Amino acid sequence: MNDVILQVDNLSIIYRSDRGAVQATTNVSLKLRKGETIALIGESGSGKTTLSLSFIRMLPNSAEITGGRIRYTRDGVTRDVLEMNDEEIRRYRWSDCAMVFQGAQNAFNPVLKIRQQFADTAYAHGFTDKAWIRKRTLDLFKLVRLDPERVFDAYPHELSGGMRQRTLLALGVMLDPQVVILDEPTTALDILTQRAIIDVIQRMQDTLNFSIMFISHDLALAAEMADRVATMYAGEIVEEGAVNDIFYRTLHPYTLGLIQSVPKLNREQDRLISIDGEPPNLIKPPSGCKFHPRCQFATEKCKVEAPMLVEYEPGHSAACWHTDKVIEARG
Amino acid sequence: MDSILQLDDVSRSFKKGSITIPVLQNIDLNIKHLEFLCLVGESGCGKTTTGKILSGLLKPSSGRVLFEGEDVSKLRGAAYHRYRRSVQIIHQDPYASLNPSQTIYNMLSYPLFRHKIAKNYAQARERVAELLTRVDLTPPADIIDKYPHQLSGGQRQRVSIARALSTNPSVIVADEAVSMVDVSIRLGLLNMLMDMRTNLEVTMVFITHDLAIAKYFAWDGRIAVMYLGRVVEIGRTPEVVGDPQHPYTRVLLSAIPEADPDKTRNKRHIELRSEDIPQLTDLPPGCTFHPRCPWFIDGVCNTHLPKLAPVLAAESQADVACIPLTQGMPLTLYTP
Repeated sequence: MNDVILQVDNLSIIYRSDRGAVQATTNVSLKLRKGETIALIGESGSGKTTLSLSFIRMLPNSAEITGGRIRYTRDGVTRDVLEMNDEEIRRYRWSDCAMVFQGAQNAFNPVLKIRQQFADTAYAHGFTDKAWIRKRTLDLFKLVRLDPERVFDAYPHELSGGMRQRTLLALGVMLDPQVVILDEPTTALDILTQRAIIDVIQRMQDTLNFSIMFISHDLALAAEMADRVATMYAGEIVEEGAVNDIFYRTLHPYTLGLIQSVPKLNREQDRLISIDGEPPNLIKPPSGCKFHPRCQFATEKCKVEAPMLVEYEPGHSAACWHTDKVIEARG
Repeated sequence: MDSILQLDDVSRSFKKGSITIPVLQNIDLNIKHLEFLCLVGESGCGKTTTGKILSGLLKPSSGRVLFEGEDVSKLRGAAYHRYRRSVQIIHQDPYASLNPSQTIYNMLSYPLFRHKIAKNYAQARERVAELLTRVDLTPPADIIDKYPHQLSGGQRQRVSIARALSTNPSVIVADEAVSMVDVSIRLGLLNMLMDMRTNLEVTMVFITHDLAIAKYFAWDGRIAVMYLGRVVEIGRTPEVVGDPQHPYTRVLLSAIPEADPDKTRNKRHIELRSEDIPQLTDLPPGCTFHPRCPWFIDGVCNTHLPKLAPVLAAESQADVACIPLTQGMPLTLYTP
């Protein structure tokens, strides 16, 4: 495929800590195509935030990339993000790959007006035409359904949580990036605000045609927004596929466990199954398949040998020795 | 006495400088013995304040709280202690609700001595171990002398639950008790709380913003939907979730994404007339939902304050606070 914009190959990242090295991500490979939306789902500590921070090289100092590469393609030119020099990475951030962080309430500078923060972003990337900046900002506010004049001259504290989240989304796409990373875009928002934000994101994507990589622990959000879904567990992608493959033709026991443990909103009483055990310790991860201590299908083999991510159907991969049992169990 | 805990026309406001913020207004709730009641609503709807008033952590500004039929504000001495001991609360954030400088034993034994459930160290030690076993923190010896920072989020929330259980309560108010823990841990905690009704004869008031969790938890109980300090719909769970009546409940249910791609993508979303949530200090007249309500009727909804009453011309037995519904007016989408 030549429409791949971001390609991650065998990326491994560790965090140095006093208690030893934490394996944050291990051999992660992923492709993001033009206009596509990928959801990274997983629980806290699964490595999803670490992975997405590596795309814009914003990892904290204690992190170390121990292997792999991240390739970015624009207009037929492919570059390795990990090899870019300081000036290249500075320009790449925001103009090529923007990230909208979790917690919109803290992302803005509280003492600067919104318009100043938009202008600063544009100046930093060499856009100096004030009329253009103003027009672009106001157009984006309209796109995200904000009252342009009001927000333009407001301080962050004058906006509600939902409005700040929209302003942040507008800022994220200001320089027309190809890739937008959204970290828990709707967490901590109320249901009706959440719905409005989902609609706004989809509207922005339809208009500006960027690719989205979003991180969430919320399966429902993945079902709603994603074209493809990657499930992460203990720093590894354990299943990856089209959204319908993941939800209706699940292959990995962990994904199945997540789906079966989420209450539904239908008219019947739920029969839910919980996942036993606790999330793994990443300093001393379990041997073999890292999910084996919590897996209902685990055998001796799972304790010794780690399964590789294998493509079982076109575009649908899983890392599990017992996908046949999962197929049986999902019914 | 069938009712164990009751709110009778309870209002509560907070003062901020010279401004009075009416957080709860005229709440009537009747919680029956061994019932599961869920309070559902978005932030600022007053669900946490209701929970705190039920458990005696806050006093109402007006109205009465009745425990086993008796006005709590009139209870003195041993009777008041019995009420406080019998109604316990589990807080939302297990990282904030456990004292970081106390061991698990210290935290769990304090209420035992306070309420004279344990008389000496050995008894307290034994009872704490029992509590930890009860919440599946086994073996208790591994946990009892640890500090909160040595436990995971899920384990901490179990300690919180154990602390609520320490006084043998008859009612537990669980305030967003599972919303801070990971998805894979959440269900185990929910199931444990649900089992307590059978095993320990505990009545549960479960506060959540997540209607799907409310439905799972209180399938044979009731859900009360709150909006801006009032209950707008209350009824049996399968009815409220499966056949919502109040416009706000309908909009809410239509907006929630679901973990099923076909279903969630084909869901019909009801559009609000406005996305702005009114300020509690500047509430609109009449029904407080009217500026956003898609079925707004001019001259009715913006002039008259609705009271909870049964819906006319519907199968649902739920009570709603909506004048058109309770007076049998047809709902038609508002066009200005």
